[in-house]
Amino acid sequence: MLELQQLSKTYATGDAALRDVSFMVPRGQVAGLIGPSGAGKSTLIRCINRLVDPSAGRILLGETDLAQVGRAELRRQRRRIGMIFQEYALVERLTVMENVLSGRLGYVPFWRSFTRRFPGHDIENAYRLLDRVGLLEKADKRADALSGGQRQRVGIARALAQEPALLLVDEPTASLDPKTSRQIMRLIIEICDERELPAIVNIHDVPLAQQFMHRIIGLREGAVVFDGAPSALDEAVLGDIYGAEDWTAMRREHEEDQAAEADATRRVAEVVR
Amino acid sequence: MSLETTYPMHWRRPPRMLRDRRWRLVVQGAALVYLVLAVGSLDIEWSRVVEGLARGQRFVEGFLQPDFTSRWGDIRQGLIESLTMTLTATVVGVLISVPIGIGGARNLVPAPVYGVCRTIIAVSRSLQEVIIAIFLVAMFGFGPLAGFMTLSFASIGFIAKLLAEDIEECDMHQIEAVRATGASWWQVLHYAIQPQVMPRLIGLSMYRLDINFRESAVIGIVGAGGIGATLNTAIDRYEYDSAGAILLIVIVIVMLSEYGSSYLRRFLQ
Repeated sequence: MLELQQLSKTYATGDAALRDVSFMVPRGQVAGLIGPSGAGKSTLIRCINRLVDPSAGRILLGETDLAQVGRAELRRQRRRIGMIFQEYALVERLTVMENVLSGRLGYVPFWRSFTRRFPGHDIENAYRLLDRVGLLEKADKRADALSGGQRQRVGIARALAQEPALLLVDEPTASLDPKTSRQIMRLIIEICDERELPAIVNIHDVPLAQQFMHRIIGLREGAVVFDGAPSALDEAVLGDIYGAEDWTAMRREHEEDQAAEADATRRVAEVVR
Repeated sequence: MSLETTYPMHWRRPPRMLRDRRWRLVVQGAALVYLVLAVGSLDIEWSRVVEGLARGQRFVEGFLQPDFTSRWGDIRQGLIESLTMTLTATVVGVLISVPIGIGGARNLVPAPVYGVCRTIIAVSRSLQEVIIAIFLVAMFGFGPLAGFMTLSFASIGFIAKLLAEDIEECDMHQIEAVRATGASWWQVLHYAIQPQVMPRLIGLSMYRLDINFRESAVIGIVGAGGIGATLNTAIDRYEYDSAGAILLIVIVIVMLSEYGSSYLRRFLQ
C-alpha cells in the first residue's frame, strides 16, 4: 500500500512541479496518472523512489516514510519499488538475462554482481519471469537486438525480478505502436492482478487509460484536479485537466487516428478476402 | 485579378559579422595592406635555400635506398626498447586513467573529486611530451625509463579526459534504471556505465598505443631512449640510408597498429 501526504516539489529554479499531492493506492490497484506534459507526472513518480528528492510531504510505503530515509536505507527501499520506463531504459549492450538480473542488484553483494554469480534461485526466477513475458528463448540475446515491444517486456521482467511491493510505470507505451501498446498494458494489468501489486502508471493516452486503469488521477500544474473511476472521466473533467481547447484538439486527433485505423483494418480485410 | 504578390528573384546570404558595408571594406583593405607589408618584411636568402635543397636531395636518395643491414643491431635494440616502453606505458597509463576518468565525470562524483581529477587531467594535457621528456631525462638520466614515464604521464591526460567525456554523455535513462533497482554506486558503475563506455575505452587505448609508439620516436631525440635515439644518431652521422630504414619501419608499425585497431573496433561494436 502506498500513501502520499501533501507531497510537494519545488525545483531549484523556483518552478513548483508538485503542490500538496495526497492520495492512497491500495494493494492490487492500478492508478493511471494523466495530465498535460509539464503537469508533474514524471516528477511525481520519480519522487516516490527518490530519483528526485521531494521538497515536502510524506511518502508512506507500508510503515516507512520514503521521504525521510537515509542513503543506505533508501537503497534497501528502492529494491521494493519496481520501475518501468518510457524508452525501456535497458542497458543496451548487456544481454537480456543480465538486464533481468540487474533487478537483483540491490539484494546481492558487489562481488556477486561483478562476477555474474547470482544465487541459483535468482537465476531460476529470472528464467520464470522471461517465460512469463514470453521471451524465454531470447535470454542470451543482447538487449539492443530486440524490438520495442520485446524490450519493454524485458523492462517489465527486470522490475518484477526485484520482487517489488510497488510498481512505478512511466509512459510505458509512448514509444510503441497502438497494438503493442495494448498488449503491454494488458500484461502490466495482469501482472498487478496476479501479484496484488499496487501500481502508478503515467500515461498520456487518455482512451488507453480509460480502457485499462482501475482508477484515474488527473494532474494539472502539479496539483490533483481529478481522482476517481475511469467511467467518471467526462468532457468537463478532461477539459479541466488539459484545458478546454487542448482537450478538443486531442480528442479530434484521437478520432482521426481511430478512423484511420478502422479504415486500415477494413482495407486489410478486403485484401484478405 | 492582379492581387498576386510579386516576390524578388534575387537573394544573397546576409553578412554575419560586419553588417555595415563600409566597415567591411575597411577591414578587408587593412588585411590586404598587412599581407603586403608582411611579405615584404620576409628576409629570404635564396643561396641557403639552394644549399638546403641539395642536402634534401641526399636525404631523399638515402630514403630511396634504405639500409637496413649495416646498423641492424642498433635499429633492433631501439625498436625493442620503443615497443617495450610503448606497451608498458599504455597499459600503466590506461590503468591509472580509468579511475581518474571516472572521477572526472560530473554525473558520477561529488564536486571536490571532480575538481581534483579534472586538475590532474589538465596538468597532464598542458605539458607536451617533449617537455616532460626533457624534465624526466634530467631527473632519471638517459634511457627508456624516462621514456616510459613520459608516455605514461601523457597517456593519463589523454585517456582520462576522453573517458570522462564519454561517461558524461552516457544515456541517463540506463543509469537511472539501474539506480532505481537499489543498486550501489559500484553496481551502477559496473552495470550501467561500463557497458556503455567499454568499446570506446578499448578503441581509445588502441589509438593511444599507436600515438605512444610515434611519440617514442620523438622523445628519443631528447634522450629518452628507443628508436628515436637510434634515428637521432643515424642523422647525426649523416647516415641517411639507415635513417630512411628506421622511418620506413616506424611507418609500417604505425600502419599495422592502425589496421589492427580498426579491425578490433569493428569486432567490438
